[in-house]
Amino acid sequence: MLLELSGLTSHYGRIQALKGIDIDIAEGELVALVGANGAGKTTLLRCLSGVQPVSGGTIRFDGQDITRAQPEIRVGLGISQSPEGRQVFGPMSVEDNLRLGAYRRHGPDVAADLERMYDLFPILRRKRREAAGTLSGGQQQMLAIARALMSAPRLLLLDEPSMGLAPLLVAEIFDIIQSLKAAGTTIFLVEQNAQAALKVADRGYVLETGTVVLADRGERLLADERVREAYLGL
Amino acid sequence: MFAEFLQYLFSGLTSGAIYALAGLGFAIIYNASNVINFAQGEFIMIGGMTAASLVAAGTPLWLAVALALVVAMLVGIALERLAIEPARDSDVVTIVIITIGASIFLRGAAQVIWDKEFHSLPAFSGETPIALSGATLMPQSLWVIGSSALAIAALWWFFNRTLFGKAMLATSHNRLAAQLVGIGVKRVLLASFALSALLGAVAGVVVTPITFTSYESGIMLGLKGFSAAVLGGLGSGLGAIVGGLIVGLVEALASGYLSSAYKDAIAFIIILFVLFFMPSGLFGRRGTDRV
Ligand SMILES: Nc1ncnc2c1ncn2[C@@H]1O[C@H](COP(=O)(O)OP(=O)(O)OP(=O)(O)O)[C@@H](O)[C@H]1O
Ligand SMILES: [Mg+2]
Repeated sequence: MLLELSGLTSHYGRIQALKGIDIDIAEGELVALVGANGAGKTTLLRCLSGVQPVSGGTIRFDGQDITRAQPEIRVGLGISQSPEGRQVFGPMSVEDNLRLGAYRRHGPDVAADLERMYDLFPILRRKRREAAGTLSGGQQQMLAIARALMSAPRLLLLDEPSMGLAPLLVAEIFDIIQSLKAAGTTIFLVEQNAQAALKVADRGYVLETGTVVLADRGERLLADERVREAYLGL
Repeated sequence: MFAEFLQYLFSGLTSGAIYALAGLGFAIIYNASNVINFAQGEFIMIGGMTAASLVAAGTPLWLAVALALVVAMLVGIALERLAIEPARDSDVVTIVIITIGASIFLRGAAQVIWDKEFHSLPAFSGETPIALSGATLMPQSLWVIGSSALAIAALWWFFNRTLFGKAMLATSHNRLAAQLVGIGVKRVLLASFALSALLGAVAGVVVTPITFTSYESGIMLGLKGFSAAVLGGLGSGLGAIVGGLIVGLVEALASGYLSSAYKDAIAFIIILFVLFFMPSGLFGRRGTDRV
């Protein structure tokens, strides 16, 4: 397993946001995590990146215990996140945002990867000199994903990449996610858009108020009565 | 008439350059941590005092200057490590109060290590005034203005052309995103204190031949740097520079045409004016144009 979570808990003050999460992700898998508002999806990804304190349980990455590792160590090991709300470096240029995505890496590969990102997201090439904050929501989302990819991650964490985007853009983002998977990237995808996420995912987990209530193959979850009722509005 | 004005202009630009450096020190630490470091003036004092005492002990000027910059940087690093870092999880107000405590401590330490007297440095290239359209300019003023310009250019290069500089800027724009791309924000904070201390020491070393220095001289210089930073908009590099020059010029013109009794009051008046009427300063808070 590339990522193993066991009994992971996390608190905001006295509020417990994660109540013992067990999740495994194998190399090359695309795993979706779906759940309603406030279920704890973002909290879980923040724990994985080391920007949210873990109060119990363990995170193992590639066999190594990283539960208490600093965020920059995790990026160095290969965990990269495109966070909820994009969080681009607004006043800085698109290209600077991408270069900073490769902050932990050095050497000629970085320049080559920059070109690769521009091929993957042509709009970013056209806007490379512009301030990231001036991009549209969809463009910023692409930038956030590309910035996360610039660290050449072994595990890519995506937090609601389709949030607030027009349907056409949503489709485009999911196409990109699928092509990343096809290229061998391991992806942990958090979405409120359960339909789209489960359709592309190998496996999925359903999170409810800090607890995993369902875990199965993507298409099986899509067909599941409880999922259809609660998350797909069917 | 014009000669008089020119004279005030020279004097205003000279002190303005110093305030700009001090203001930049505030801006850099503010950007890294949202903390206003009230020990910024003490970095200026430590730079000046260290160089002055080394020269008095027979060290060549260039070596004394270099050592003074290093000493100030080490003090900045120690301040961050020993006083700021342990309180990192406290709220900003607490940390600001810690920096006030640190400034008092540093003044006390300076008084013990050195004394309560004024100290000076020889002017770097003599004391022969340069005559210009009826006004005179001291060569040391050119050193002050030149060194400040050079420091600002180096700073611009650092923040715009080096990856670590960009990482420091990125951290000020979005701390969470900075952590997520693997920037060690602790190291950024440490670097911001080292850099601010270095800037302060540059200011302290070049200004000491003109103004002399004592254990207390950081108080006023720090305050004026603070008013420069507030006037320019806290966190804006360009704002700190413009703010510093304005504070210096207004101060020189007011003490020239009105009364020198007003000199030190100008900085206070500017701080109050800005806080009341334009709290985000000349260049706002989140500009794209910072140094
Ligand atoms: N900074 C915070 N302080 C206190 N409580 C928080 C904080 N952030 C989140 N929470 C709480 O933790 C719980 C989980 O929030 P989280 O943001 O992880 O949910 P989510 O599944 O990502 O929701 P969404 O779909 O809206 O993004 C919620 O009850 C939320 O109110
Ligand atoms: Mg969320």
